[in-house]
Amino acid sequence: MIVFSYDNSLEGLLTAVFDAYARKTFPDMLLGEEDALPLFYDELHRVITDTAKADRVWKALEKKLSKVALSEITVSWLSELPEVGPLIFRYIRKNIDAPQSVEMNFGDPDVLALSKIWKKVGQEKSRLVQFLRFQKAADGTYFAAMEPLYNVLPLAIPFLKDRYADQRWLVYDLKREYGYYYDLQEVIEVRFEKKEEHLLSGFLSEELMDKDEKLFQQMWKQYYTSIAIQERKNPKQQRSFMPVRFWKYLTEKR
Amino acid sequence: MDESVLEKLKVLAESARYDVSCSSSGTSRSNKKGTIGSAAGWGICHSFAEDGRCISLLKIMLTNYCIYDCAYCINRRSNDIRRATLSVSELVNITIEFYRRNYIEGLFLSSGVVRNADYTMERLVRIVKDLRLVHKFNGYIHMKSIPGASEELVREAGLYADRMSVNIEIPNEANLQSLAPEKTFQSVFTPMRYIQQGMLQSADERKRFRHAPRFVPAGQSTQMIVGATPDTDKDILRVSSALYQRPSMKRVYYSGFVPVNAYDNRLPALKQPPLVRENRLYQADWLLRFYQFKVDEIVDDAYPDLDLEVDPKLAWALRHPECFPVDINKADYEMILRVPGIGVKSAKLIVVSRRHNRLGAEQLKKIGIVMKKAQYFITCHELPIHTINELRPENVRLILTQKSGGRKRRQDENQLILPFEEHSDA
Repeated sequence: MIVFSYDNSLEGLLTAVFDAYARKTFPDMLLGEEDALPLFYDELHRVITDTAKADRVWKALEKKLSKVALSEITVSWLSELPEVGPLIFRYIRKNIDAPQSVEMNFGDPDVLALSKIWKKVGQEKSRLVQFLRFQKAADGTYFAAMEPLYNVLPLAIPFLKDRYADQRWLVYDLKREYGYYYDLQEVIEVRFEKKEEHLLSGFLSEELMDKDEKLFQQMWKQYYTSIAIQERKNPKQQRSFMPVRFWKYLTEKR
Repeated sequence: MDESVLEKLKVLAESARYDVSCSSSGTSRSNKKGTIGSAAGWGICHSFAEDGRCISLLKIMLTNYCIYDCAYCINRRSNDIRRATLSVSELVNITIEFYRRNYIEGLFLSSGVVRNADYTMERLVRIVKDLRLVHKFNGYIHMKSIPGASEELVREAGLYADRMSVNIEIPNEANLQSLAPEKTFQSVFTPMRYIQQGMLQSADERKRFRHAPRFVPAGQSTQMIVGATPDTDKDILRVSSALYQRPSMKRVYYSGFVPVNAYDNRLPALKQPPLVRENRLYQADWLLRFYQFKVDEIVDDAYPDLDLEVDPKLAWALRHPECFPVDINKADYEMILRVPGIGVKSAKLIVVSRRHNRLGAEQLKKIGIVMKKAQYFITCHELPIHTINELRPENVRLILTQKSGGRKRRQDENQLILPFEEHSDA
């Protein structure tokens, strides 16, 4: 059995594809660096991530695959699911080996599985965009935090940048402990050494809030309650459209 | 902005909540550099209220004072409810601040009629103008046109709003007159015509001048109340169908009647809003818009009301067993679309896929067809089993309603149930 191990990055994965074709041996098992090795194996190849190699693989894919198929790879990667690395490896290999792209062959279990993950990640991104709530801080920055199931924050940035173009904002992923900050010019990725209270809880404390923030939160809560028609109460439908796991960070549900 | 606005917001949201429309798609207003908002792309539902309805727009009235006395409306002048009015700057401010916090997609602005139609309309126009021109707001704006407002004001409003609407409320003029003595069909259809003329004119101008202003890019919509009058579904759907013939009408909404003014004996006493009927009307509406059904096929003099037990498409199929079974591998797209259990998406997929090879039941399932329903109405590669013609429509109906209802829920409520616990021998 041949084992490849890589550094759990997409570039590393693409390098692994390059190495496999260069060595003409394909891994029976693809592991992350920290994963435990199997009890016995014939050969272990440690992939050393190389941007140049990764680029060459990506360029080859760009020639063969449609934009949708390429996004299936990059977007599904953000799912961080343990099986997604080997799955993408097989998907790329099948596409390289076939005379034409196999991206539409949904009879193939790998193609079907990847497209399903792609859809799931896409849905999580939509949910993020739906349920993100900004709070205005005293310095004028709008702050929002969430714990998405998958690492979808980068996918939401074009939307946020387009829509909230004239305000400074910081969106933060509490689970993965990083975020993006927009300074009216460009969006930069940010990580914080020291975790302030709001980077743990997701909420600004009252002394950090803008003076009107509390009032607008109250207004939104009031509006949320008043707009519901009591005679039509339907909690089941409410939960199916707005799963309970998001309620924690919704202003109107706290 | 202070605490008093909070109270006004409560009163005015409670007054506005009976307007159903919540759509925020269909426009192409994109962000302009350095300004706030964008309404390009799909609309987003930002929250869901306790009644399960989505909150995408800030649905609010400028004021709930009204000179009219429409029996079905919570804001009728003879009602003893709290009244409030927001100032233009307050309303604009709330909209912008809510939008900045990702609470909403935009504004759904409506108002009670104060003094006269034009006076009210003018103030509504001032708000949308303020949002667009002063605050450079590119979010979505849905604006109600006040019945009886002048053409100039409607024309001006249309330059700033994405969608405009005038509610018909009651599908029959005599019934409308008895419940809303101050309204006529003319007062509703005239502003609708203004909106349509504005749209057609703008479309024409844009052909010649690329930068001619858009007029109500997301079209107009309207709403009818269901269950407040003895009107049948046939009456309602005929009005809808006629409205959809117009090029500007994008949506007709149906609002199950909530008895807000129970004391008025012109209105029926309902225990709860007719939610199932409302749902069936929406399904029929979809058949009109996406499934190439004619209104007379859904409801006619023999069947003036929709079947509450089965959806209108299945009901049509059960009434027309002679059209089935449909051969999936040969039939026209239009006919495949008529099969219960096959939607627009799967019908298209079928037509595309069958070019490569003949389709069987297994593939149909994967494509996303509800075989539980469809199996009685189709033949495919290997499925010549019992169709509606062998089973008879009444039996198919029985099978399908039993399954969808679930046996437990269908138990007669008047029947005493003795809960015997099951003991296992182990």
